[in-house]
Amino acid sequence: MAGELELSRRGVLMVGGASAALATVSPAEAQTPPPDTAPTQMAVSFEINGADRTLELDTRTTLLDALREHLNLTGTKKGCDHGQCGACTVIVDGQRINSCLSLAVMHEGAKVTTIEGLGTPDDLHPMQAAFIKHDGYQCGYCTPGQICSAVAVLDEIRQGLPSHVSASLTDRPRATNEEMRERMSGNICRCGAYSNIAEAMAEVAGARA
Amino acid sequence: MRPFSYERATTPAAAALAARARPGAKFIAGGTNLLDLMKLQIETPAHLIDVGPLGLDRIEETPEGGLRIGALVSNSDLAGDARVRRDYGVLSRALLAGASGQLRNKATTGGNLLQRTRCPYFYDTAQACNKREPGSGCAAIGGFSRQLAVIGVSDHCIATHPSDMAVAMRVLDAQVETVNAAGETRAIPMAEFHRLPEDRPHIDTVLPPGDLITAVTLPRPIGGTHVYRKVRDRASYAFAVVSVAAVLQRDGTGRVAFGGLAHKPWRVEAAEAALPQGAKAVAAIALAGARPTHENAFKVTLAERTLAAVISDARG
Ligand SMILES: Cc1cc2nc3c(=O)[nH]c(=O)nc-3n(C[C@H](O)[C@H](O)[C@H](O)COP(=O)(O)OP(=O)(O)OC[C@H]3O[C@@H](n4cnc5c(N)ncnc54)[C@H](O)[C@@H]3O)c2cc1C
Ligand code: SF4
Repeated sequence: MAGELELSRRGVLMVGGASAALATVSPAEAQTPPPDTAPTQMAVSFEINGADRTLELDTRTTLLDALREHLNLTGTKKGCDHGQCGACTVIVDGQRINSCLSLAVMHEGAKVTTIEGLGTPDDLHPMQAAFIKHDGYQCGYCTPGQICSAVAVLDEIRQGLPSHVSASLTDRPRATNEEMRERMSGNICRCGAYSNIAEAMAEVAGARA
Repeated sequence: MRPFSYERATTPAAAALAARARPGAKFIAGGTNLLDLMKLQIETPAHLIDVGPLGLDRIEETPEGGLRIGALVSNSDLAGDARVRRDYGVLSRALLAGASGQLRNKATTGGNLLQRTRCPYFYDTAQACNKREPGSGCAAIGGFSRQLAVIGVSDHCIATHPSDMAVAMRVLDAQVETVNAAGETRAIPMAEFHRLPEDRPHIDTVLPPGDLITAVTLPRPIGGTHVYRKVRDRASYAFAVVSVAAVLQRDGTGRVAFGGLAHKPWRVEAAEAALPQGAKAVAAIALAGARPTHENAFKVTLAERTLAAVISDARG
């Protein structure tokens, strides 16, 4: 079948690298074999944007789906759903993670911050304000993930953690353009707003220094 | 994703016991590889044992003057540890060259070692793949093989192991500590941990199913200049085409391992004696017997040239 062949060829060409970002649709998902374990429900409690929440979830529910489908926090976006694009980035216990590659039940007791928890339209987080000022987006789909990641990146630099482009592993890194670009490489922007994102980050980093 | 039941592990031995007691059980640590594969139904565990609650997230000094890295230490925490940055720079560098900041925050030491290949045919369930489905064949041989292995290959599989961290651990002579369902512990040298595909490519490592990795130990620091050089199709956030992990001493001696070339980190100790003669001499021994495909023969040359760049960088 031409259609099917086309799909599997595309699968072959696209998977494997982060460059596959938004296009991985596996033919496997179309031909689900009968399940041998019945779906299992479990309770999980965590703190989402400062509020205690308890949910009863199918164990398969990712943190991303729990946020979007069960808590109506749709600011966090689903891009590739395979950890390749960064649109689902949230901050858990102070660290940025891909919420799509984590099960909700693995976060019992965790503190989760999403874009909705960073700031509100009337009370923007400085990074949100800087993204608006510097036009750090076009379509806006990757923006919540970019902003959560950017906030965490400046934190990582402040903690003195090195990156792939740091010349020395032992000196304190500085918030240079090169450092920020490397550290933000897990957030893909289809519109290519990268240079403006880096400028927004530079402003926030500068204000803080 | 197929349905699964889920439990949180309480102790390492209990986790190994639970894994043996439940057919189709798997451990989950960061989840960054396993969940990806479960969404594609390449992995279909019926039961998950979350090893997160075990702790095992500390990096401690050993009585021998080395480091013991808990299996659940995240790739970020390991790369950022002051002792690792100072004494085992090649390991920090390898980790920082892998994946993205978000992924490294979740990825663990044990999970990184056990991550599965990125062979595109392994990921595509419509294709023949002996690693995913033993006996089905290998669509990569004669297919798109640019990314795949050039040495240690078999007629059954030409996949590479994708980890950057493992290449650095191999050059540092790390050991993998494990515990089984009977509570017995073992220390497996990195040299033996990952297998070659031979006629059983579905088995990646010598770790028996259900055995738990508890830690990775590093021997005392060996000094020298530590370098990890990763060649990839873009500057960041891509798997290695070829990588070189090296620890080079002032007198010209040293250690070298390659990533992106084989089903395991590729290190040939006998080739290291040729380091004073330069990259060509080392590569001639380390890559003797290479069996590249028509699409990835360039990797043999690229590996030698990457090593030449590493040696020249290290000499400053
Ligand atoms: C987009 C993307 C890009 C990436 N790029 C790179 C890259 O450039 N370089 C690189 O090296 N890696 C890369 N990775 C892979 C990443 O490093 C791995 O996914 C990660 O290290 C796996 O660790 P984890 O803790 O999440 O493992 P999990 O997904 O939790 O587990 C992986 C496997 O290990 C088993 N396991 C986990 N812990 C234990 C234990 N303690 N004992 C026994 N078994 C255990 C699990 O059962 C499972 O089979 C990338 C991943 C993605 C998604
Ligand atoms: S190279 Fe190995 S992993 Fe890739 S298709 Fe062949 S058997 Fe499968």
